[in-house]
Amino acid sequence: MEPSLVNAFPPTPLNLIGGLLLVAGTAFLLLGGLGLVRMPDLFNRIQAGTKATTLGTLLSLAGVACLQPDWSLKLLLIGLFILFTNPLSSQVLARSAHRLGSKQSPLTRVDRLAEDSGEAP
Amino acid sequence: MLPLFAILFPLWIVLNGSLATDVLITGLIATLVIAAGSRGSLSPLTEFRVTPAALWAVPRYLLYFLKELVKSNLRLAAVVLSPELPLNPGIVKVRTRLKSRMGRLLLANSITLTPGTLTVELQDDWLYVHWVRMETDDSEGATARIVAGFERYLEVIYG
Repeated sequence: MEPSLVNAFPPTPLNLIGGLLLVAGTAFLLLGGLGLVRMPDLFNRIQAGTKATTLGTLLSLAGVACLQPDWSLKLLLIGLFILFTNPLSSQVLARSAHRLGSKQSPLTRVDRLAEDSGEAP
Repeated sequence: MLPLFAILFPLWIVLNGSLATDVLITGLIATLVIAAGSRGSLSPLTEFRVTPAALWAVPRYLLYFLKELVKSNLRLAAVVLSPELPLNPGIVKVRTRLKSRMGRLLLANSITLTPGTLTVELQDDWLYVHWVRMETDDSEGATARIVAGFERYLEVIYG
C-alpha cells in the first residue's frame, strides 16, 4: 500500500484541528468565489477576492501546518508572502481600473477620487 | 540595502533548512546582489524606529490586524450570502498622519485587508478608499472609522 500523506488513523487532536482549519479555509475560499460571481462591479469583486482568499489561504496553510508540523516554517513564509503581495496586487488592479474609467455599479454613491481628479462623478 | 539583506539572507537559510558552507555562500552572493539591485526600495525595516514602544507595538498591531481580517471576512460572508446583496459602495477620501513611506504602505495594505475597504489611490496625505458598505462619505468620519485603528500602532512603529 502507498504510504498516505497524512496518517489520519487514529486521529490525533492536532490532525483534527488541522482538518477543521482546512475546512474553514476552503469555506472562505468558496465564499470568495461566490462573491466574485455576485458582486456588481470590478471594485466590489476585488474586495471579495482579496479578503476571502487571504483568510482562506492562511487558514488552509495553518491546517496543513497542523497535519505536517515539519513544514511549519515554510508554510509561515508562504503566509507572509500572501499577506504582503495580495493587498498590493489588489490595490494596483483597483487603481488601474479607476484610471481607465472602469464602469462602476449604479449603486455607487460617491466617488471622491473622480471628483478630485476633475472627472465627472 | 542592509535592511533588505538582513531579511533575505535568513529567509534563504530557512527555505534551505541547511547551514552547509556551499548553501551559505550561494545565498550570500544571491541576497547581496538582490539587495544591491533594490537600493532605494522599501523593506519592512526601512524607517523602523527601534524603540521599546515600537517593538511592543508590533505584536499588538499584528493581533489587531488579524482580528480585523477575521471580522472583515465574516462581514463579507454575510453580504455575499444574503439574498438581497446589501451593498452601498462608494469611494471615500481619508487622511493619514503617517509620514514615513513604509508606514503608509502598511496602512494602505492593512486597509485593503479589512472590513469592506480597499485602497484605490494614495495622493499626498490622502487615501482614496473603496468601501463596500459605506457608512459615511464625510472624510473625517471615514478617517476615524477606517484609518485610526491601524494608525495608532503604525505611528509608533514607523512614524
